[in-house]
Amino acid sequence: MADNDVLTADALTLEQHWALPDRGKVGIIFLIITETALFSIFVAAYLVYIGKSLVGPYPKDVLDVPILATICLLSSSLTVYLAEHALSKNELGRFKFWWIVTICLGLEFLVATGLEWKKLIYEDHLTISTNLFGSTFYPLVGLHASHVTVGMIFLLIVLAVTLMGFPIQTQFRRVLFLSWYWHFVDAVWVVVFTVVYIIGR
Amino acid sequence: MLKHALIAFLQTNVPGLPEHRVANIFKPLASPGASEKEIALLTFAITGAIFVVVAGLIVYTMWRFRRKAGDDEHQEPPQVYGSNQIEIAWTVIPILIVFVLIGVSARVIASVENASPPPATAKVTLVGHQWWWEVDYPQFNVRTANEIHVPVSRNGNHATYLTLESVDVIHSFWAPQLAGKMDLIPNRQNFTWIDPSEPGVYFGNCAEYCGTQHANMLLRVIAQEPDDFKSWAVTEAKPAVDDPSVASGKAMYQSLSCVNCHTIRGTSSIGQFGPDLTHLMSRQTIGAGMLTNTPEHLRAWVNDPQVIKPGCLMPSMNLTDRELNQVVGYLETLR
Amino acid sequence: MASIDYPLEYPREDKAYSFSETLYSWVATVDHKRLGLMYVVSALLFLVIAGAMAVVIRLQLMFPESHVVAPDTFNRLFTMHGTTMVFLVGMPMVAGFSNYLVPLMIGARDMAFPRMNAFGFWIFLFGGLLLYFSYIGGGGLGGAGSAPDVGWFAYAPLTSKAFSRGAATDYWALGILVSGVGSIASAINVIATTVSLRCPGMTLSKMPIFVWVMLVDSWLILIVLPPLNAAQIMLLMDRHLGSNFFETQAGGSAVLWQHFFWIFGHPEVYVLIFPAFAILSEVIPVFSRKPIFGRAAMVGAVVAIGFISLGVWAHHMFAVGMTAWSNTFFAAASMLVGVPTGIKIFNWTATMYGGRIRYSTAMMYCCAFLLHFLVAGLTGIMLAVAPFDWQLHDSYFVVAHFHYTLIGGLVFGLMAGMYYWFPKVSGKLLSESLGKWNFWLFVIGFNMTFFTLHFAGFLGMPRRIYTYAPDRGWDTINFIASVGALVQAVAVACFAWNVLYSLKKGEPAGDDPWDGWTLEWATTSPPPEYNFERLPVVRSSRPLWDLKHPQDPDWKYE
Ligand code: HEA
Ligand code: HEA
Ligand code: HEC
Ligand code: CUA
Ligand SMILES: [Cu+2]
Repeated sequence: MADNDVLTADALTLEQHWALPDRGKVGIIFLIITETALFSIFVAAYLVYIGKSLVGPYPKDVLDVPILATICLLSSSLTVYLAEHALSKNELGRFKFWWIVTICLGLEFLVATGLEWKKLIYEDHLTISTNLFGSTFYPLVGLHASHVTVGMIFLLIVLAVTLMGFPIQTQFRRVLFLSWYWHFVDAVWVVVFTVVYIIGR
Repeated sequence: MLKHALIAFLQTNVPGLPEHRVANIFKPLASPGASEKEIALLTFAITGAIFVVVAGLIVYTMWRFRRKAGDDEHQEPPQVYGSNQIEIAWTVIPILIVFVLIGVSARVIASVENASPPPATAKVTLVGHQWWWEVDYPQFNVRTANEIHVPVSRNGNHATYLTLESVDVIHSFWAPQLAGKMDLIPNRQNFTWIDPSEPGVYFGNCAEYCGTQHANMLLRVIAQEPDDFKSWAVTEAKPAVDDPSVASGKAMYQSLSCVNCHTIRGTSSIGQFGPDLTHLMSRQTIGAGMLTNTPEHLRAWVNDPQVIKPGCLMPSMNLTDRELNQVVGYLETLR
Repeated sequence: MASIDYPLEYPREDKAYSFSETLYSWVATVDHKRLGLMYVVSALLFLVIAGAMAVVIRLQLMFPESHVVAPDTFNRLFTMHGTTMVFLVGMPMVAGFSNYLVPLMIGARDMAFPRMNAFGFWIFLFGGLLLYFSYIGGGGLGGAGSAPDVGWFAYAPLTSKAFSRGAATDYWALGILVSGVGSIASAINVIATTVSLRCPGMTLSKMPIFVWVMLVDSWLILIVLPPLNAAQIMLLMDRHLGSNFFETQAGGSAVLWQHFFWIFGHPEVYVLIFPAFAILSEVIPVFSRKPIFGRAAMVGAVVAIGFISLGVWAHHMFAVGMTAWSNTFFAAASMLVGVPTGIKIFNWTATMYGGRIRYSTAMMYCCAFLLHFLVAGLTGIMLAVAPFDWQLHDSYFVVAHFHYTLIGGLVFGLMAGMYYWFPKVSGKLLSESLGKWNFWLFVIGFNMTFFTLHFAGFLGMPRRIYTYAPDRGWDTINFIASVGALVQAVAVACFAWNVLYSLKKGEPAGDDPWDGWTLEWATTSPPPEYNFERLPVVRSSRPLWDLKHPQDPDWKYE
């Protein structure tokens, strides 16, 4: 009847040309946005308190720039891209290879951070409660490290299921989102690195 | 106790000085308060006008376009979707109004914050404590509590500068008829100034929530003729009078733990935690403005401050009647 | 009422479930409508609790020097009242309304991430219970229990271990942190839903304004909740790991907390008011029988508010001794927000202008909103004039200002929404006569309380004081205010009774009681699990108008 036509008029044409963004994509993008907001506050706190510590040790005395770790983490962004690219081409072998490389690089970074903290705590006696430097350094770097860890866990899960023979290419979307998250974690590191190891010293 | 407090607030014992207990911000008696009132009235005028116009419009529309009894159910009014001219109009006009407001407040902000206030006769350091005010006059080496004596500034030449600090949490200095608020923040120095134009006792409160007894962190600014103020400062600077007739009471006081928290200059009592008692009896009130400073009140306070000001940081000393009499007897000589 | 036979009609199933089945189906549900309802219902419960607290506050302040509650109890009351109202009433209302209505309005079957949706609700509820558990566990191990007493913005260093012992403050921080995670989850969900699940034909320009506002609202939540969470994390680390973010003794800054809190806190107030904006933008057109006036301007205004409001936070800090420059900047920014807000008020009025207004309770609440929110906004402008604020800050004038925004604005708006959509949700109409009682008692009681309190501020009455002296000129004002609070209590009780009564005895609503124009009225009341049997296709922002007026449909003009 008439009403009906109005509403459903050329419905078919409309429905055919009706494409909206992938919800998962939108979700992950906005997740990254709020994460950014979270980090920015910790960064702000760090910047505010640079040079405000009442007692030592001070950054310039105890911090040495983690060149290697940084290189590893940043290059892992490339390797994860290569992996995801390979997967999109359905080349499982290359995917596995780059995926494992990514994991190793990430692992290196975490180990480096661990060692740095060990040194700071046991040799330089800098703890979170020592002074404002400690109070802002550990939470900021720690927050980032915790994000790397979460990323690692997901990377490992993907690796595990792939090695167990699960057809990972069917989950390409999820792998893609994971790689985006990983890029984000790297980007954050760039900021943290500049603030803590360059401006902060 | 309730009654005590009540009486305390009703009776006044400052010879000669009028009391401004109702602190109406629209009856300012100092320059900062006055300029704030000025801009307040202007803001009122503007927002008031806006209210009359907009509210009028809304009410008119509500009434004029109500559905009347006769209207037929299904007949819809003409469907209007909007009009850009109108949108622009009611975007631009408010913007203009806003810019007026911004201009005006910018001017007053600058005039109060940057303008160099009149030359100071008194420089006061006001230190916030939970829940009382420490009042220092470095230039006269005077230290008192809760009552800020300042000179009157008739032709604007006797301003008082206040440096605001805090030893614990954030407090806020607010004597509405003299000036707006300025916070007392630990690990930071703030600055404000007042120049009362008439002698009198100006009431105020701590205006930033600071814990249990925030409500009873009261404040009095006592504006006196410059000469009276000078002589007050001189007597306050002297060490405590040593009245032999209360020697036993003094001994008793010093034997008690009072000395750990209170200072009485010229004695071995040098505690810093509580108010300075050197010239206790020269103050109108005790307990940060809670009670008038009468012998009964003083006795009641020393006997158990927790009944009067629950949660305050002076513990109940539970003294015996004898101790109490002696100590209070001694305190009453601290003019 | 023009009831139309509609292609999306389908038979209702009414099969009887056992209690345990019903309970399970609610606890385990991932249906956006049920979750939305659970949000709103828990918000209403918290409203009654926090409101009852407010009544006790008013009773204590009814007379000078009175002893209804002890000082500490009073401080806990206003802290819990404020915290509850903002985080456990306002926030779940946002989530609740958007969850229930957004999918229906955009013609979707569910939210983008149903399971995450359920997670959001339960973690929010857990956060709320955590906050209230402080009444039992707040004293810390062995200590007598107690709720937090640091005020709803918990200024440092009052929250440091030194000045607030026991665990109360930890429950405060944890509770808010946890429920905050829930809000973020549901915000992401709303965004993904609106971006990805709109039915064919519903371009952004044809999307109902309700959905637009909720979209911007969710965006705000994503941007401003993380700062709060970050600050809470820092606070907890200060208290338990010995860091010094806000430890003034160790060089930390008390002002930094204020910045972090208000970077969240000010945009938060718009997060709270937006649902009301959203509701008015749907209710006013339908009851004025006209399309929303200046649709584009309305959307633009909301977006503008969403951005400007990110840059005004320090107007809560005019008294901390900032430089003249920052004071001026934040004063200016705060006033600028008035412009887009004004645009909204004007457009709502213009929508009513020339219409044929039907005054159901929902519409009456909309008009009450317009008038009271106007006052609220203008007092806001007064506060934004920094020199004036030096006097008004932390006085009862501020309390009056924000209750005008939060009750005269938010609550009245929510009331309108609940009277408008209750029929859709329950299939029953709310009683109009009880509605009128509810409305007039609320309006009168509200003004008795909060109009008078403006003047307490002028007379120098600071907020958060548990008692005051009889001779400071505050007693009459406070007495009237307290009586008003009791009247409001009765009003809210009327509403509660109205809901319960109408659920039982209310007259059946039918699918489209208000002759509405958006898609939710195109399905049955209550809607089925899958919302629409066949996904609708729309060609204008008022699909049901097109349907009911084939001769002159909207899409010809848009
Ligand atoms: C829903 C919540 C809500 C809303 C919408 C608002 C809206 C506004 N608020 Fe309010 N505010 C609060 C909730 C809210 N506020 C709360 C909870 C507090 C206290 C927190 C605490 O301390 O506990 C507070 C405190 C507060 C302060 C700090 C007071 C102090 O502590 O010293 C200030 C200062 O600037 C302020 C300003 C404003 C302004 C300028 C607006 C503007 O958005 C208003 C804009 C609206 C209009 C202006 C009216 C309509 C416009 C027109 C008719 C156009 C014409 C108008 C002009 C040209 C001006 N608010
Ligand atoms: C959405 C937000 C919201 C809402 C709706 C309200 C509603 C009310 N508020 Fe509140 N309020 C705040 C948000 C809100 N408030 C905030 C953020 C603060 C700041 C806290 C702080 O300083 O930290 C505050 C502070 C605040 C104060 C200042 C306390 C102080 O500074 O010392 C007062 C005092 O009058 C007050 C009163 C009221 C009253 C009377 C209501 C009434 O409208 C309530 C009406 C509702 C009811 C009464 C519930 C109905 C109950 C029943 C039906 C059961 C029957 C129960 C009884 C009769 C006991 N509120
Ligand atoms: C633990 C520290 C402490 C001890 C011990 C102590 N006081 Fe106090 N006293 C305080 C504090 C803190 C205040 C301020 C209370 C307030 O106003 O909130 C105070 C206030 C007072 C006041 C009122 C001063 C004023 O101007 O308001 C008097 C008088 C007083 N104490 C006398 C005594 C006497 C006498 C003793 C010993 C019997 C004593 N105090 C022991 C801490 C202490
Ligand atoms: Cu000191 Cu409030
Ligand atoms: Cu604000």
